[in-house]
Amino acid sequence: MWTDGRRMVARTVSTVVLLAFAVFFVLPMVWLLLASTKSPSDLVNGHPLSAGSDLLTNWRHLMSFQDGVVLTWMGNSVLYALLSVVLTLLVSIPAGYALALMDFVGRKLLLVVTLVVMLLPATALVLPIFLELSYLNLVNTTASVVLPMSFFPFGVYLTYIYFSTSVSGDLLDAARLDGCGEVATFTRVALPLAKPVVALVGFFSFVNNWNNFFLPYVMLPSSGKYPMQVGLTQMLSATPTFNPVVGANAEVQPPELVLATLVSIAPVLLVFLFSQRFLIAGLTAGGTKG
Amino acid sequence: MSAPAAAARTRSWRLAPGHAFVSGYFVLLVAFGIAPAVYALYLSVTDSGGGFAGLANFVTTFQDYRFLPALGHVATYLVLWLVFLTIFVLVLALLVHRVAAGWSRAALRFVYYVPGALAGASSVLLWLFMLDPSVSPAADVVRFLWGDTFVSVISPGHLPWLFMLIAFWTGAGGWIVVMYGALNTIPHEVIEAARVDGAGPVTVALRVQLPMLRKWIVYMLILSLAAGTQLFVEPQLVSQASFGVVGTDYSLNQLAYLYAFNQGDFNGSAAIAIDLLIVALCCSGLFVARGGLFDVD
Repeated sequence: MWTDGRRMVARTVSTVVLLAFAVFFVLPMVWLLLASTKSPSDLVNGHPLSAGSDLLTNWRHLMSFQDGVVLTWMGNSVLYALLSVVLTLLVSIPAGYALALMDFVGRKLLLVVTLVVMLLPATALVLPIFLELSYLNLVNTTASVVLPMSFFPFGVYLTYIYFSTSVSGDLLDAARLDGCGEVATFTRVALPLAKPVVALVGFFSFVNNWNNFFLPYVMLPSSGKYPMQVGLTQMLSATPTFNPVVGANAEVQPPELVLATLVSIAPVLLVFLFSQRFLIAGLTAGGTKG
Repeated sequence: MSAPAAAARTRSWRLAPGHAFVSGYFVLLVAFGIAPAVYALYLSVTDSGGGFAGLANFVTTFQDYRFLPALGHVATYLVLWLVFLTIFVLVLALLVHRVAAGWSRAALRFVYYVPGALAGASSVLLWLFMLDPSVSPAADVVRFLWGDTFVSVISPGHLPWLFMLIAFWTGAGGWIVVMYGALNTIPHEVIEAARVDGAGPVTVALRVQLPMLRKWIVYMLILSLAAGTQLFVEPQLVSQASFGVVGTDYSLNQLAYLYAFNQGDFNGSAAIAIDLLIVALCCSGLFVARGGLFDVD
């Protein structure tokens, strides 16, 4: 047994470690918010954790970068992410449902393949998909980004787990006895029960799509089609701190790049903040990481 | 046992309604899971004219003067990343579970988890600023560890540490939440019994809690190993920001990218992609077969 003195020391050390890591995780976010309000000279000369008053100026400069290309990139991000979410839900929910509650030849094999592919890092298939689509002459199209992103085995697995644990087969059998066909059983009985998992799959799919960098970076060569994540790299090369060549005539000042980074994460951050309770429950219960 | 499982004994090769339900997903699985892998495999064993090349592409890419250094970079990063990830995720999950209570517990988990919202280019950009001593809020620490200027900070020898730091910042929180959830599933009586037997908190953690988390730790390590071999966006952006100090051939995935986009050598690119895919497939296949974490009925 530990003495009281040792326990006190242990408790203090533990608290310090927990708080130190809290600072490590939060400080960059706080800095990001503050730095986006500063002028370029403030950013270097002022206290790193002070606020400036140039948010509007930075915003205006950001919006005028290459004739407002940032808005185009954000629009592309929204388009790609949402189209993929819709497609993902349309194919994953029925598939997970069927894997959990219906019998058909090949079910087990499909389930195992889904698991294996789900555990592959998403980037592992990007170059092979590029090689395939370039053979089919489909690169640099919206479909070349949206379709591969819509393939989301993790969503199928989540749906499968949900239907096999939370919805009883007897209930569905009752619906079938009452004369519902397979489609009506799914849409009228199963789907209304599946709202939580639809939300969860939609959330993970949206965040993954929004943050996807490698796939659009490889598929889309022209700036007009970039999503925000890829657009950021173009801004990076126009910022003097990180590219001395552009010097004083730089198109992007560092605080504007900070603001662009903030804009690029804002949608996901908002979704995170509003759904954290439900998310953490999902992570802990679903037993998998998105 | 549900009705379909009972009916499963009378299977035949006819189409069932279930096939219609999985058809959309199946098409995507084939188009963007299986077909690209098979096509990349085909490219990797043929030459640019389409003739069979055996392992020539694998040999050529392996002998490329950039291959072994890239492999070394990725390996160094992986060792650092997996060691730090395991130690700190477990320590923090155990501490949050033991020390914190009530609202502070929820708040800490949330704070650790939030950076997970940032991934890809956004988090790397943010960290380029964090690592620039002229603007960083932790400039003193950065100077002490890696030097006075941004260029000295991102010198090649430091990169595995920096990439580890970025990956830890964005990824660790999710794992802390997962481990915390797993800790909660350990029955209270088990821990109480150990305490009655005279075990202190450290003994409880080492002898009772960690062994019960073993599956989850293996899961975390395998997924992180597979994801880590794919290193791309971090070195790509650092290379861009370093003004040529760091090459664009730092990682294996970058090298595969260069083969396809700079050299127009799709066969070589496919060979490296297949190398990486095999590592990832071994990890995930092994885990699905032996891990016991996922129920497949």
